[in-house]
Amino acid sequence: MKVEEIIQRFGLVPVAGKGGLDREVQGGYCGDLLSDVMANAGDGALWLTIQSHKNIVGVSVLREVAAVVLVNGREPDEDTKAKADEEGIPILTTGMSAFETAGLLYKAGVGRTQE
Amino acid sequence: MPLLERRFTIKANDFVKAGEVSIEVQGILKKIGFDPTLVRRVSICAYEAEMNVVMHGGDGEMMLHVEPEEIDLVCSDQGGGIEDIELALLPGYSTARPEHQEMGFGAGMGLPNIKKNASSLDVYSRKGEGTRLIMKFEVGDEH
Repeated sequence: MKVEEIIQRFGLVPVAGKGGLDREVQGGYCGDLLSDVMANAGDGALWLTIQSHKNIVGVSVLREVAAVVLVNGREPDEDTKAKADEEGIPILTTGMSAFETAGLLYKAGVGRTQE
Repeated sequence: MPLLERRFTIKANDFVKAGEVSIEVQGILKKIGFDPTLVRRVSICAYEAEMNVVMHGGDGEMMLHVEPEEIDLVCSDQGGGIEDIELALLPGYSTARPEHQEMGFGAGMGLPNIKKNASSLDVYSRKGEGTRLIMKFEVGDEH
């Protein structure tokens, strides 16, 4: 599923990095510790976090996540948005918690291995 | 003869530029055409090393040395050094300041992540005398 489709299906709001909306989502990861995300997020993951500072874009580029979802109504800093636009990393926002967002995504099949 | 050698400077406490060196290293390795898994491993290590310098290291530098069979990263800084290297290599051990932890840094996973992803890691450090990390990646090793 592409980031674009995730946005439409789950009502997430794209606020930056719109050049990357055709990136393929291959799974998901929840984490607010950057090293944990670096170590454990999979390629093409949708990364759910409350961190909104610019360094999330660097982690996303290096870890090759598909997009970042800022949960709990968090908004990215201005320099985060600028960097995300530059790198083409979509940043999406939602008022839902990480738990709720992950639950909906998982139910819809994101990040579930074939049974 | 190395394929390529590059030196990057890293500034202490510059969280705006933090990560740029690693992104540049990643771009160079991708362009050369190394295996994506290898590029990811090097990128993770570069980032952890770079962030350590930004948070603890004072100013520092990263050297990238690329050969067909091996990629080396050497990250040196003029910071406060590591008091107990064995302790610093333990997952979860951190001396990061609370404001860094609030940003999601300082989980005590930096050096363990490097150790996990590099073919080899050597840490040279003494309290008050800075730190030097030598990270080697053999092309084609199973990791």
